[in-house]
Amino acid sequence: MSDKVLYVMYDDDEVLKNSAKKLVAKGVKISEVFSPFPIHGIDPIIGVKNTRLGIMAFLYGLTGLTLATIGMRYFMVVDWPMNIGGKPNFSYLENMLAFVPISFEFTVMCAAHGMAITYLLRNKTLPGMPAQNPDPRTTDDKFVMEIRLSENHKVTESELDGMLQEIGYLELDKKEIK
Amino acid sequence: MQKEAAIREPLILGHKTYHDVTEDVCRPIEDKAPKMWYILFGIALVIGLYGVGSIMYLLGTGIGVWGLNKTIGWAWDITNFVWWVGIGHAGTLISAVLLLFRQKWRMAINRSAEAMTIFAVFMAGTFPLIHMGRLWVGYWVMPIPNQFGSLWVNFNSPLLWDVFAISTYLSVSLVFWYIGLIPDFATIRDRAKKPLAKKMYSILSFGWSGRAKHWNRFELVSLVLAGLATPLVFSVHSIVSFDFATSVIPGWHTTIFPPYFVAGAVFSGFAMVQTLLLIMRKAMGLEAYIHTKHVEYMNIVIMVTGSIVGTAYITELFISWYSGVEYESYAFINRATGPYWWAYWSMMTCNVISPQLMWIRRLRRSLLFTFFISIVVNIGMWFERYVIIVTSIHRDYVPAAWSMHFPSHIDIAVYIGTIGLFFVFFLLFARFFPVLALNEVKTILKGSGQSYKESPDYHKHH
Repeated sequence: MSDKVLYVMYDDDEVLKNSAKKLVAKGVKISEVFSPFPIHGIDPIIGVKNTRLGIMAFLYGLTGLTLATIGMRYFMVVDWPMNIGGKPNFSYLENMLAFVPISFEFTVMCAAHGMAITYLLRNKTLPGMPAQNPDPRTTDDKFVMEIRLSENHKVTESELDGMLQEIGYLELDKKEIK
Repeated sequence: MQKEAAIREPLILGHKTYHDVTEDVCRPIEDKAPKMWYILFGIALVIGLYGVGSIMYLLGTGIGVWGLNKTIGWAWDITNFVWWVGIGHAGTLISAVLLLFRQKWRMAINRSAEAMTIFAVFMAGTFPLIHMGRLWVGYWVMPIPNQFGSLWVNFNSPLLWDVFAISTYLSVSLVFWYIGLIPDFATIRDRAKKPLAKKMYSILSFGWSGRAKHWNRFELVSLVLAGLATPLVFSVHSIVSFDFATSVIPGWHTTIFPPYFVAGAVFSGFAMVQTLLLIMRKAMGLEAYIHTKHVEYMNIVIMVTGSIVGTAYITELFISWYSGVEYESYAFINRATGPYWWAYWSMMTCNVISPQLMWIRRLRRSLLFTFFISIVVNIGMWFERYVIIVTSIHRDYVPAAWSMHFPSHIDIAVYIGTIGLFFVFFLLFARFFPVLALNEVKTILKGSGQSYKESPDYHKHH
């Protein structure tokens, strides 16, 4: 199915945010915004939900803590209860204090790396991936809204053009996607 | 956009636009390197290679080539380790702790401070590894199932805690740094004209496109990583201090060590940041982004942490007398008046007196003075570790075993060599990487840029 995409460019984050607000109020669906830095407050306007990566970080951390506990219990208590100065490790709890530093470090290690890997995978940003921003200037000082006609059945292309004329923009680029 | 009080000094001087920020940071990378860069790189490389050669010789011959003896089993090696790890504490402190405290001035310095952290921790990691003597069995520090019977590493030992702490710290700092670098690499990629540069930065930027959802995730990941890295920074140097504090050696067996080491680490780390940034801002023309106010903020951190360190020194001295333990008191009397008095008093002068000068506003805003003090603090913090390590063990319980430590030329070469290698890495970073978190700086341009703050509408709309 062929689709037509409008790239509406601005040179200021605040101006883009105001235009997006006006367009959304008129029932236009904005599929994407490309910007050189995070535009605070754009997410609720264009309907981007908050990420749940924080929950993932917590789960990875919990995994790390569990692994560290199981591991150290096995190494130091079950498999070879090390006897230091006549004080063998009889149970995990009795020797817990000595295990706190590594439990903490391993929790942080799993949480941080787990979250970072999930972040890269979910973004599909990995070594060798091609850049997808519509204009190279969007990583410098330009801000672009992407509007797909296939996602906007309520408005026709000419109506959309009219709205954009009224709201104003810096540059408008139209592309056919096959 | 966030407004700030009018009386606050702007963080970005001059009339900068978003595009100017990109230009200012990317131009030094895209232009040819100045002659000075090649000269410095050459010097650092020669020194670094001399260090690598010395390490090879050490590995081939054994650690007997160091000036260690039966009494003094730890000296320059561990001193250098702790010194480098301490330096490596500023970067993550700046990027994580200051992020949690919403300190916007961190944005100009966090990238290079983190780079410094990572390279410093590399150098730190070298010392315990070569101290093993047999580097090729270094993997024995990991709990790997093996054929030596049921033989596991000792999880009760602070030395093993250190293995986990340093490797977690290094890898998490690296990830934190790189995740911030990705969008900035994308900026360089989109500007690159030469095909090779375009290809390289394209790989490094992981195909970053700046989508709204990605920025949403980016902000959360930075925040959570900062939340994880903050206790990590404090834990790492606490654990380094446990290497000493959990032993029974008078002078090491001290409960004050963890906070005292952490404060010392931040103190020395910020000093190294000052040393590097004062040169870099000039060489790369970044005076508008890293200016007197940033230097002043860092000097205040140096003053505060320096005062904590000074208090710890004096507390330690008092407690050694107050404890009533003869051996404990002697360890400290010996430090101050024994054969290593010069090391002790260098430490005291550099670390206790010099940061107090920062109470004077004119001095802490003077770049030249700051540079001088930063070097003094770096030297002082090396002596601190040397004093703690060597003076505590050189006169132990049996006077017949008393000894002195004289560094061999390999001791010196390995230490100087790591400084060379550190600068090799740092110069490569300054040449090819965006030294300023440029896209992050753009977010504070309207809130804290000079031209915006001075414009009449700044305080009108909200």
